[in-house]
Amino acid sequence: MKFSHSLPFRNLKGKPVRTAILILLTALLSLTVFSGTLMITSLKTGLHSLESRLGADIMVVPYEATTKSSLENIVLQGATGYFYMNADKYQKILEREGIGQVSAQFFLASASSGCCSTAVQIIGFDPDTDFTITPWIKKSYGNTLQKYDVVVGNNLNLFVGDTVTFYGKECHVTAKLDKTGTSFDTAVFTNQDTIKALIQSSLDLNMNTFQNIDPEQVVSCVMINVAEGYTVEDVVNDINIHVKKVKAVRTKEMISGISDSLAGVSDVIGILIAVVWGLGIVILLLAFAMSINERKKEFAVLRVMGASRNRLAGIVMQEALLTCLFGSIVGIAVGLLVILPFNQLIEEQLNLPFLLPETGKIIGYVISAVIVSVISGSLTAGVSAFRISRIDTALILRGEN
Amino acid sequence: MMLKAEKISKEFVREMKNTNRFTAVQETDFTLESGTFTVLTGRSGSGKSTLLNMLSGLMLPTSGKILLNDTDMYALSDKELSRFRNQHIGVIPQGQTALYSLNVLENICLPYTLYGEDAHQQEALHLMEQLGIADLQNAMPSELSGGELRRMAIARAFLRKPELILADEPTSDLDDENTRIVFSFLRQASREGSAVFAVTHESNAVQYADRSFRMDAGVLTGQFI
Repeated sequence: MKFSHSLPFRNLKGKPVRTAILILLTALLSLTVFSGTLMITSLKTGLHSLESRLGADIMVVPYEATTKSSLENIVLQGATGYFYMNADKYQKILEREGIGQVSAQFFLASASSGCCSTAVQIIGFDPDTDFTITPWIKKSYGNTLQKYDVVVGNNLNLFVGDTVTFYGKECHVTAKLDKTGTSFDTAVFTNQDTIKALIQSSLDLNMNTFQNIDPEQVVSCVMINVAEGYTVEDVVNDINIHVKKVKAVRTKEMISGISDSLAGVSDVIGILIAVVWGLGIVILLLAFAMSINERKKEFAVLRVMGASRNRLAGIVMQEALLTCLFGSIVGIAVGLLVILPFNQLIEEQLNLPFLLPETGKIIGYVISAVIVSVISGSLTAGVSAFRISRIDTALILRGEN
Repeated sequence: MMLKAEKISKEFVREMKNTNRFTAVQETDFTLESGTFTVLTGRSGSGKSTLLNMLSGLMLPTSGKILLNDTDMYALSDKELSRFRNQHIGVIPQGQTALYSLNVLENICLPYTLYGEDAHQQEALHLMEQLGIADLQNAMPSELSGGELRRMAIARAFLRKPELILADEPTSDLDDENTRIVFSFLRQASREGSAVFAVTHESNAVQYADRSFRMDAGVLTGQFI
């Protein structure tokens, strides 16, 4: 029977309610710091993902789609919708100065695909000129998309090899994209031949709000990268002045609203973490102090039996370490159980791009949260440990302290 | 074994009184030797426990020094003094002194297990038998009566067969029969070679002792053999 080193464990086990409260408090601390950090990071990762997915300096859309909210709704927030302008606008844009890369895109919202619980946004692109979607799709699908081939966003309940019907046309799922944490996760991508056929089919089925358009003669938007030597501002102004009935928008401006919201949410989470930590540390300080105070006589007895002052402090610190370690693991486990399975729900509720960082980073956050929680909890216990190492054994045994 | 207290005294600071210094133990010389059972009686607050605490290395005297086998106890570091106390001194403190997360046997074995040594359970069980608590080895302290807890503390103090045993009111909450058992036990320990020093209110403790002192207002007033 050797339990000198298990004495802290036995002390914790002997007072289950007190121990549970301490574990709960440290769990709360680690839960807030871990979940908060993971949330903020996921939002930032989502924003970066959105920026890279947009992949262009300028987006030109028909003027009727230019109320910023409707544009953001479709492109950034994932709301389904579509708008068109004559393809000659594309030609006119090409003639402007400062145009580097340029490519047209085509939007169509599926009314009911039979595949998805909600309608999906279908985005068509021209593989010959596209520079925003193709590089991204190439990561998941190396081949060229054929007519009626589609690539689906990560959140859609569709898999490679599935067939999906849009406006009576059967399309083949050839690839599924990696998660982006943005509205693109619920979109379907295809080439311009397919989307033109789908637009035509939606017109034929009388299911398109634009009744008198020729799919061969329309585009939804034009994505532009500015040529070297020109500023984005100059090109935007030039297009807005010289190309009628369109609106050129800086993509960075488009996401500025999201960026602001993200900053707001991050601030709120940051404040929440600070408040919970402030309160948690104070409560933990009191809880450890009370826990030690009610056992002063036990510590005095240990001293009588030959425990040094450092040994007494060591027992307190070991108890704190065990409590904080277990508490932080519980807190982080709860955080993981909430955020990992429900990250899509969180994204929907926040209505902001939300992309979990890679596993390695998450593991890093787990380790950091454990370390921070254990150190903080142990520091609060350190105050009690110091006090108990200074007890006047004789007075305590006489019941005078 | 020889414990020698040379010119020791103890003063406390009392902020609420007219005089801010209070002398609990007046300067005194005192010795304890192997094989003797020494009893100290006196009224509450007379300084008996203060003297015992100084002898056990738990309370630094205001003046003087305490030598145990020529080792100046208070010249040792806290770590050394703690280990010294663990190995050489068995203290039976006042009141109930159990660790409530450990069972009775584990409590008794603590002087060994505190330093990661083998628990010496057989010796512990033998002591428990002698003290009439053998059937309580797996009981938790919260299940014990005051007398049983006191006997547990006595067994714990005796486990390492210390050279010096210091008992502070060892029979304070025991009935006559248990009081007799405890004093006989202390006397037996002295017969086996330990120096035993007991502070007590019990006037009949003197009949078990080899030496008896009385303390009044911090002054050690008499010695009877």
